[in-house]
Amino acid sequence: MFDLYARRRLINAIGLSVSVVAMAFGLFWLCWILWTLLVHGLPAMTPAVFDKMTPPPGSSGGLFNAIYGSVMMTIGGTLIGTPIGIMAGTYLAEFGHRGWLAPITRFINDILLSAPSIVIGLFIYEVYVVHVKHFSGWAGTFALAIIVIPIVIRTTENMLRLVPSTLREAAAALGAPQWKIISFVTLRAARAGIITGVMLAIARISGETAPLLFTSLNNQFWNDDMNQPMANLPVVIFQFAMSPYEDWQKLAWAGALLITASVLTLNILARVLFRQSTSTH
Amino acid sequence: MPMFLHEARLKRQTLFDSLFRNLTRLAALGVLLLLASILFSLVMGSIPAIHAFGFGFLTSSAWDPVNDKFGALIPIIGTLVTSGIALLIAIPVSFGIALFLTELSPRALRRPLGVAIELLAGIPSIIYGMWGLFEFAPLFADHIEPWINDHIGTIPYVGPFFSGPPMGIGILTASIILAIMVIPFISSVMRDVFDVVPAMLKESAYGLGSTTWEVMMSIVLPYTKVGVAGGIMLGLGRALGETMAVTFVIGNAHELSKSLLNPGNSISSALANEFTEAVGDLYTSSLIELGLILFFITFVVLSIARYMLYKLGQREGKAS
Repeated sequence: MFDLYARRRLINAIGLSVSVVAMAFGLFWLCWILWTLLVHGLPAMTPAVFDKMTPPPGSSGGLFNAIYGSVMMTIGGTLIGTPIGIMAGTYLAEFGHRGWLAPITRFINDILLSAPSIVIGLFIYEVYVVHVKHFSGWAGTFALAIIVIPIVIRTTENMLRLVPSTLREAAAALGAPQWKIISFVTLRAARAGIITGVMLAIARISGETAPLLFTSLNNQFWNDDMNQPMANLPVVIFQFAMSPYEDWQKLAWAGALLITASVLTLNILARVLFRQSTSTH
Repeated sequence: MPMFLHEARLKRQTLFDSLFRNLTRLAALGVLLLLASILFSLVMGSIPAIHAFGFGFLTSSAWDPVNDKFGALIPIIGTLVTSGIALLIAIPVSFGIALFLTELSPRALRRPLGVAIELLAGIPSIIYGMWGLFEFAPLFADHIEPWINDHIGTIPYVGPFFSGPPMGIGILTASIILAIMVIPFISSVMRDVFDVVPAMLKESAYGLGSTTWEVMMSIVLPYTKVGVAGGIMLGLGRALGETMAVTFVIGNAHELSKSLLNPGNSISSALANEFTEAVGDLYTSSLIELGLILFFITFVVLSIARYMLYKLGQREGKAS
């Protein structure tokens, strides 16, 4: 009898210790990666990174054109993707109780949410780049917008569903038409959650590399014409890190630190913001 | 007169209402249209390759841009093998993390630790690639791979898979990095579904004298098995399509080798490396067909994942 008890206790102890080890295993990689970025990235962070263009091989320079391109394409992708995402999410949450469209859209959207981003790049290449016959900042923007849409749809729908229906009924009882109820009452009540979703989407696309490879490509020079190939941080990092030149690799580390810092900051900010707004209700 | 004014206003609002409803419906339809056009454009793009190679494309290991002979076998195997090994590593670790976060962690640590694991998912994939190439691969080559060669490589039957030059880059390195990348996805789904288990069920088991481990294994896991499987499939979907991290460390060698320590290739890294440099219609078209195959595989895997998670959600709805 005691034997059985001791054995069960032992199995429990082993299982739980393994679980603690698993947790430590996960945190270990996070710390190692962040540490690597700091060690290689901080020494490479010079003022030149922010005010010089990407250099030819073997000479020093900065990342200014790449930072500019990344910011422009990220803003563009967010501006195109967000309204479409919010509208479709609104449909799913507010009008999607009946009919075939809502369940199918929800299902397809969940698949697009984790679809390989390189395929999105291929798609934009096929429908846009091939027809205009050149890589461009716009193509990159469109590819990023396609990644933004499913994320925003998902969070918009989830957040709208959290709004109590008594709020809608109260507005309806005052005689408000449905479009006013949705845009001035429910969407406004869900505002913080939707902004969180948009921030997470921005964080996601600012690190995306694969869809930009075949769309915006790269540009060694200063370019503010969205209709031309455009430099952007992820692709520059890819090219520079894979190169044998030490100057380039250094810049790649600086860019990597820059991207990771901004992505993680956005991630944490989004969480803090969401938590604050939900705890005050 | 005021009567008429009122009616006109009402009419206008009804118009706005239907306008608004149809606008949002249009956006929802747009999502379906998007998926349809992605599929359509990929199929259109791969027609030359489909004409040239037929079904043989899937089983041929040729990849010869000079003579225009292409086959998808090596990248397909590379994608499936790296994702499979990644899951073998990620599933037990994710289970441990979810168990820790739902049952063991002190309440105050639960949130920060959960966020830390989720941040692992926030790190862009190109960063994993760089870190893998410059930090992980050299260490792996110097310290782990010689050990694997000496100790696992000599076992009969299993040995050939684990012996090879300790270069640091290769299928196994790519799989380990993929595993780290999917751990946050799988563990956060597991944590969410574990939280769904009614407290009453768990407390009853504890009341009967079960240990935490036994409650986990015979109450929580059976209750949530569909959801756990869904989370695993979701992680698989992620691993299959992962591009940049794999491209950095898999070695991009277009050859089939038995050993996991040798370099290989995956669908996504072949695309990332070769697409912009591909000359000739057939080369481009073959790469697009690779993309189509990847999209098809992930579509099936993700559909299964969603179906399983949806089934768990349905049961939860019935229970409450």
